[in-house]
Amino acid sequence: MLEVTRYRPMMIILSILAIACLLITTPAISESEKNTYKIGGIFAVTGPASFLGDPEKKSMEMVVDQINASGGIDGHMLEAVIYDTEGDPGKANLLATKLINKDNVIAIIGPSTTPTTLAVMPIIQRIKIPFISCAAGNKIVAPINPWVFKTAQSDILAVAAIYENLKSKKIKKISIISVNNAFGESGKEQLLSQAKNFGLTVAKSETYGAKDTDMTAQLTKIRKDNPEAIVCWGTNPGPAVLAKNMQQLDLNIPLFQSHGVASPKFIELAGSAAEGIMLPTGKILVASLLSDSDPQKEMLTAYISEYKNKYKSSVSGFGGYAYDAANILAAALKNSEGDKEKIREALENTEGYVGVSGIFNFSKTDHNGLSPEAFVMVKIKDGKWELLK
Amino acid sequence: MQEILQYLFSGITNGAIYAIIAIGFSMLYNSTELINFAHGEFVMLGSLCMVTFFGSMHLPLIPAMILTITCVAVAGLIFERLAIRSVKHPEPIVLIIITVGASIFLRGIGMIIWGKDAHSIPAFSSHPPLDIAGAKLLSQSIWIIVIFLVAAVGLQLFYKKTLTGKAMEANAISKRAAWIVGIPSKLMVMMAFGLSTAMGGVAGVIIAPITMSSYDMGTMLGLKGFCAAMLGGLGSLWGALVGGFLLGILEAFGVGFVSSGLKDATAFLLLLFILYVRPGGIISSADTNRF
Repeated sequence: MLEVTRYRPMMIILSILAIACLLITTPAISESEKNTYKIGGIFAVTGPASFLGDPEKKSMEMVVDQINASGGIDGHMLEAVIYDTEGDPGKANLLATKLINKDNVIAIIGPSTTPTTLAVMPIIQRIKIPFISCAAGNKIVAPINPWVFKTAQSDILAVAAIYENLKSKKIKKISIISVNNAFGESGKEQLLSQAKNFGLTVAKSETYGAKDTDMTAQLTKIRKDNPEAIVCWGTNPGPAVLAKNMQQLDLNIPLFQSHGVASPKFIELAGSAAEGIMLPTGKILVASLLSDSDPQKEMLTAYISEYKNKYKSSVSGFGGYAYDAANILAAALKNSEGDKEKIREALENTEGYVGVSGIFNFSKTDHNGLSPEAFVMVKIKDGKWELLK
Repeated sequence: MQEILQYLFSGITNGAIYAIIAIGFSMLYNSTELINFAHGEFVMLGSLCMVTFFGSMHLPLIPAMILTITCVAVAGLIFERLAIRSVKHPEPIVLIIITVGASIFLRGIGMIIWGKDAHSIPAFSSHPPLDIAGAKLLSQSIWIIVIFLVAAVGLQLFYKKTLTGKAMEANAISKRAAWIVGIPSKLMVMMAFGLSTAMGGVAGVIIAPITMSSYDMGTMLGLKGFCAAMLGGLGSLWGALVGGFLLGILEAFGVGFVSSGLKDATAFLLLLFILYVRPGGIISSADTNRF
């Protein structure tokens, strides 16, 4: 009994406080005419995939600020709730649940990598909430899940861009060397399965470890078949080691790399061995080289200068995935009044949206919405990119 | 024939790197019975210091090398003084876990100082590759083998000919007996740490031009070096040499004749087999157990 009486004053104070809180907050809600739209973001802002997640977070915040500055969507302000997955699928799953249950967001953008996206997808399917992933893996949109979209270019398109180029050079026999992780495996799968459509035969398909210091053994093996071209699928630094080894072995075979090394860093790492290497890349890398008639040129220039002004750091194509996702979502939010099914329908009917990564045409059967034109082929010449026609 | 020779060259280059890393493991194990799982991180430090001194500051080759190796050895001494010697109850398992912690710490430091990107530096000399019966031997491979030989012979002379080296060996054989004849065991352990991490630095220096240096390169190299040391017989200098070269050459031939996907598996399967047949490693009889 004594215990109870001692706590009674405390209870009274707490009750008063609680009521006071209600009184203070209630008018605040009714004051603004329309409630804000909360949209969630989950990116690998730190950790090994932070080169993806950090620019993605910044780009998404940039879009939200721009939209709010111009008066919001149908009078609704936007609020971005962004969490850091650290590239961990388990965390991504928890954070998605948190966004849905605690923050009550009406749509989610992200995560940055394929494994984290795949970890989040079961929740999306269950809760039914519009979701735009920024990861590259094709598994995300095949088979199609009505609520899941993605803005990053799939490797299917990158392979198609390389093979188109090989076909125009009348090359028939190639060899493949890919890194033995998810990125390389997925690339290898596409390279092998699409080869037939372009009349190519794959003489050898070799792999290397992401941290390998020397690949002359694999190259020696490849050399035996005299392929007309070598396609390497990996992210830095492996492909740069391969390029150096090819130079050292005097292997004068045209080398194609994946879009995974499409950054100035690759040229820096490979040095003189980078000369003559050809690769597919999103247009952002070569924005200044594009002809003025290119439909993406204007939007790319705008994005690059905005990003540079706001964050004082150089721009990469990765932030563009979130930039496109946020802009497409904002367009879909118009006239939706926050109804999730309406947003989803509007997303699926997005047509001709000119973005950083390409021109998006979503449909019932295509939730990535990009065509091989999203990629351009470039060649490295004198340490600089050169557009290939 | 040309292919076989090329695989052999590739194997010898990688083998020399594994051997130097393995020597670092072996040396420390010999003096302290401690396996330093942060050893690969010292290789990383060496490689990245070389990037700074040789790549960015453009120091001449030899001063850059000496400066790098000194830096890494000093880092090793600080590690011993702060993290190892201050342990109240130095049981092996505690110390090993400390080294695992240190490896994570060093990787973090490397990431803060040099960033997450990979770096590359030019080869030590720009000679074209040697052509031997159609197979190419890279000039950097020759550098690696020469530096490796200098290090191995230098160590052997140090242990057999100098008083300090003999004192270290005595301390390794029996701490108590060495203490009785007046050898300061703490100093000897510290020197072993310094030398072992300096070897890590040497490994880092020689691989910097052939591979790309990044903060997370140490783990795999450390693991391969550890395997080489186990393969040859932990605690033996010659064992480390044999183990390193065997591992490197087998990997290269594994790629050539089996499959590049099974590169690591081929080598590790052999490791399992040898450890099954000779649990102490290839060179493991009592009298070759010490340096």
